[in-house]
Amino acid sequence: MSLPGFPLLLQSIVNGILMGGVYSLIAVGLTLIFGVMKIINFAHGSFMMLGMFITYWLYVLLGIDPYLSLLLSIPSLFILGLLTQRFIISQIMDAPAHNQLLLTLGISLFIENFALLIWTPNFRNLEVPYLKKAITIGTIMVSLPKVIAFIFAIILTILLYYFLKKIDLGKAIRAASEEKEGSLTVGINLRKVYYLAFGIGTACVGAAGTLTAPFFYVNPHVGGIFVITAFVVVVLGGMGSFIGALVGGLIVGLAESVGAAFVPGQVKQFIIYSLFILILLFKPEGLFGRTSE
Amino acid sequence: MSILELKGLTKTFGGLIALKDISFRLEKGEILGLIGPNGAGKTTLFNIITGFYHPNTGEVHFNGKNITGLPPYQICKLGITRTFQITQPFTNLTVLENVKIGAYNRISSNREVTEKTLKILDMVGLYEKRNELASSLSVGHRKSLELARALATQPEILLLDEVVSGLNLKETNDLIFNIKNIQKQGITILWIEHVMKAIMTVAQRIVVIHYGEKIAEGVPEEISKDPKVIEAYLGEEYKIVKN
Amino acid sequence: MSNKTKRSEKIFGIIILSAILLILPYLIGDYITYVTTMIFFFGYLGLAWNILGGYAGQFSFGHAAFFGVGAYTSTLLQIHGGVNPWIGMILAGIAGLLLGSFIGYLCFRYGLKGPYFALAMLALAEMLRLLAVEWMTLRYPLGISIPIKGDSFLDFQFKNKIPYYYICLFMMAGAIYLTHYIEQRKIGSYFKAIRENEDSAQALGINTFKYKLVAMAISSFLTAIGGTLYAQYYLIVEEESVFGVTISIAVLLGPIIGGAGTVFGPVLGGFILEFLSEMTRNLLGAYSGVHLMIYGIILIFVIIFLPHGILGGLQLAYRRISKGV
Repeated sequence: MSLPGFPLLLQSIVNGILMGGVYSLIAVGLTLIFGVMKIINFAHGSFMMLGMFITYWLYVLLGIDPYLSLLLSIPSLFILGLLTQRFIISQIMDAPAHNQLLLTLGISLFIENFALLIWTPNFRNLEVPYLKKAITIGTIMVSLPKVIAFIFAIILTILLYYFLKKIDLGKAIRAASEEKEGSLTVGINLRKVYYLAFGIGTACVGAAGTLTAPFFYVNPHVGGIFVITAFVVVVLGGMGSFIGALVGGLIVGLAESVGAAFVPGQVKQFIIYSLFILILLFKPEGLFGRTSE
Repeated sequence: MSILELKGLTKTFGGLIALKDISFRLEKGEILGLIGPNGAGKTTLFNIITGFYHPNTGEVHFNGKNITGLPPYQICKLGITRTFQITQPFTNLTVLENVKIGAYNRISSNREVTEKTLKILDMVGLYEKRNELASSLSVGHRKSLELARALATQPEILLLDEVVSGLNLKETNDLIFNIKNIQKQGITILWIEHVMKAIMTVAQRIVVIHYGEKIAEGVPEEISKDPKVIEAYLGEEYKIVKN
Repeated sequence: MSNKTKRSEKIFGIIILSAILLILPYLIGDYITYVTTMIFFFGYLGLAWNILGGYAGQFSFGHAAFFGVGAYTSTLLQIHGGVNPWIGMILAGIAGLLLGSFIGYLCFRYGLKGPYFALAMLALAEMLRLLAVEWMTLRYPLGISIPIKGDSFLDFQFKNKIPYYYICLFMMAGAIYLTHYIEQRKIGSYFKAIRENEDSAQALGINTFKYKLVAMAISSFLTAIGGTLYAQYYLIVEEESVFGVTISIAVLLGPIIGGAGTVFGPVLGGFILEFLSEMTRNLLGAYSGVHLMIYGIILIFVIIFLPHGILGGLQLAYRRISKGV
């Protein structure tokens, strides 16, 4: 284990922040779903994978720019999420939590293996010529698609933040997540709020998929990798906390990237999992979450 | 020596004072009623006695032994069993299975456990329903199940939390009859209740708790005339029914 | 019908069934023997999971941790220490038990429940998988191979697959018997109480921490032994197959679908899942993902409409209908 020099360290810090932005976007979607409906969505990663494939096929078959495909991936995943809530998740809102988790596991099994069936297990890469560049700032080299992903991720997260804070519909979602009974009394249609929340959560992760496709491999199993990281971020930041997801994403992105500079490949993942278990055991409310209701 | 002694129990949640310096004694073989307007802290007191909460200050002594802060299962094993205000049956198990679980507290043999269980079910009137799922029971029967289960653990002290609330007249009378029988068996009872008629006619002594503080203690007649008690209840339009 | 008659009928039925199962391999071809062996194997693993999951109500999404520890323990001891695989199997079980007790102690002491416990177990299994990748891949890039020693019971290796059939059948039968034994006694009732309502259980004198730990110990021990069986069957141990999420899910699907908290639920579930797996494999050839897709659909369907699984649902319906004797 050799100590990295300063330039390498700086490089990993920058990379970590960039990736962290994407993790934040993924986590914000997951934490929104949990905050509003108390559902731990194991299928979150599968939806991200779908977003990646939408972008991939749109580019490969129609030549559509990946970032333009956001205009399609975001609404489609929103609708998919909404329909999933409407027809499937809504059936088990009162089921025990571990059954809800099993249900979302079933959804992820279905989506992942359906994708496997129609798109084969081949690893694909989105080769977009103008994105093969790297930006150089001093000693640091960062890949262009990662920077763009970060920028878009932050923009989307900020947009979502303002939606939840200022727009009536968004405020309704926040109300439902904080005080279910109370929101019912003021006439908030909980069912519709749930559709919306799940739809938005899924749209977030679908967008993250689109943004990641230009620099990560595309494959039906890719969701599984991101969903675990998403869980770690959400637990670290505090389940149901928007700020927590944002900050947590950056922290995990940094930890992962800087960690990779110090320790060999698998060990860094090992550290993230240990962190996950330790937080669950000793500080389950995470950084920003509320302590048990 | 009193069978149960509460000494200066105080419990706060964040900034909220749920119980303030509660002290009283429970004498062996008596039925002591615990009354007070809603939210007064009575169930919190039960939670502290049975180990579900730890008090900020104060102690609970059972037969002279300090049991403050022991885990709930140990307190049950020592001899104090409670019922829950909102019944907490084992939903997907039958009435028989529910009560058997209580009986295993003192008995290991399957045969003896089943025998004891059937006897108790008969006593509370649930024998016919013994193979029914707990989830399919009416409110009244659920309260009886809660009582039966607690009884099966063979406690020295039984803590009843609003066992007759929500019951009709017949159900209430039946349950009161059972409670009196339980007392005859030598079990001491501490009973939280809102249904005044029930508790005032059955309890030997009453303790009144208001906003977490003990405001009165005595026999039912004294309590029903106590101006502090009447004032505490006035806001709830409660009429205390005298004997 | 008196109880005695019912009982002797039951015993008679069991004897007949056992006889059929014992001579089955000689009546059917190799392929069906193989499928049935798999049914017994996954039935066994499901039964092991079921003790902790279905009865004590603690759903683990990471039982691969014990499976893998079992497989690696007996295999490494065999290859590097010359330890007989049967002895290795016992040691594997103990290793699993120790791991289970350790993680169980942490999780239950700090009140990890429901989905959080499930995910913590998943994280544990993944951590072990990563460790295995880190330590094993260099020396054993394709996994650890168990050299072919012979064809005897002592070596725990057989050319003909029929002995494996009997071993799996025997283990499954043992697990069924153990489950039944537990269910009839105080320990089983206490597990169910913890599953249904932990607060009530505590209030009735049950040391829930201790009993959860016991359930975990039994479950992890049995699962680890299953890992050794796997290793001796395929003669190769590779980290993705024994520590992977796939095996964690495979282990719990049977009980969930067949009926968690029942004795035969895991067996029924194992049968249905194996059957579907082989059917799709025969009909659609190489597309290995199809059966998993179907598993996903079935899981969704079961959770929504039959949350207690097939046998669990039947049991509850029966109890709802028959009131009184």
